[in-house]
Amino acid sequence: MSDYRTGDPAKLIEAIPYCHHLGITAQVEDGALVLTMPFAQHLIGNPMLPALHGGVIGSLLETAAIAQVIYETRGERLPKPVDITVDYLRSGRAVTSYARARIARQGKRVVNVHAEMWQEDEAKPVANLRGHFLI
Amino acid sequence: MTFEVPAWLKRAKSHMNMTPYLAGIGGEIVDIGPVARARLPYSDKLVGDPQTGVVHGGVITGLLDHTSGLAVMVKLREPMPIATLDLRIDYMRPAKPQEDIFAECECVRVTHEVAFVRGTAHQGDAKDPIALCTGAFMLIRGGVHGIPVTSA
Repeated sequence: MSDYRTGDPAKLIEAIPYCHHLGITAQVEDGALVLTMPFAQHLIGNPMLPALHGGVIGSLLETAAIAQVIYETRGERLPKPVDITVDYLRSGRAVTSYARARIARQGKRVVNVHAEMWQEDEAKPVANLRGHFLI
Repeated sequence: MTFEVPAWLKRAKSHMNMTPYLAGIGGEIVDIGPVARARLPYSDKLVGDPQTGVVHGGVITGLLDHTSGLAVMVKLREPMPIATLDLRIDYMRPAKPQEDIFAECECVRVTHEVAFVRGTAHQGDAKDPIALCTGAFMLIRGGVHGIPVTSA
């Protein structure tokens, strides 16, 4: 279970059971890491709309942040979340979701990460996250 | 002062337990009152760090988001859709593997448009929290696109 030490984000995500539960996978496109989460019934928070659960959106964003930190720092252990703030901008619809993250500031012990999630149009983000992680 | 759970919410409780995400992670609502409570038994599929067995932070976020939403609904006289505006989670310590996780949330203020929530996640002792949360929720009076609302 030390696949993530290779810095391969796809293997890192594959090795995390909760990401498997949500259907999250990671791909590197043009040197940048993108996470994908196809729609599935068990991701729904509001069946009437239907809309993705806020916790699912938060989970995807937090995973994007962690994966980005591993990808960039080649860290030997998973970054530990200290705090996160998620802003929900639009309802998450019953389609595939994507997320990417960037390190805003990296210190010796703490990194500040920003992540963004979108669906069909990257210019229309569904939610974003800011968070601190211990490395 | 006695607290009364709105009648519509009593009717909706079983419905809310069937929220697909909550059911999928194996969580359940255990109490609706001024403080809303949910319980999540440990499960291998919730693990975020395979080396330690600690659950993914997103699991805590999901449970707190859900319980916060419920805490808002407890304060509403009539059913209406709500939407999370923002949620901040402070992770105090990793959740111990194999142990249940509880979320307890309270809606501290409801205005015409927005409701404000504080919450805690712990493993049996609320004074030793795993995480604290602060959330703001939009109240969508009149529903969304005319869809009638029976629960969340």
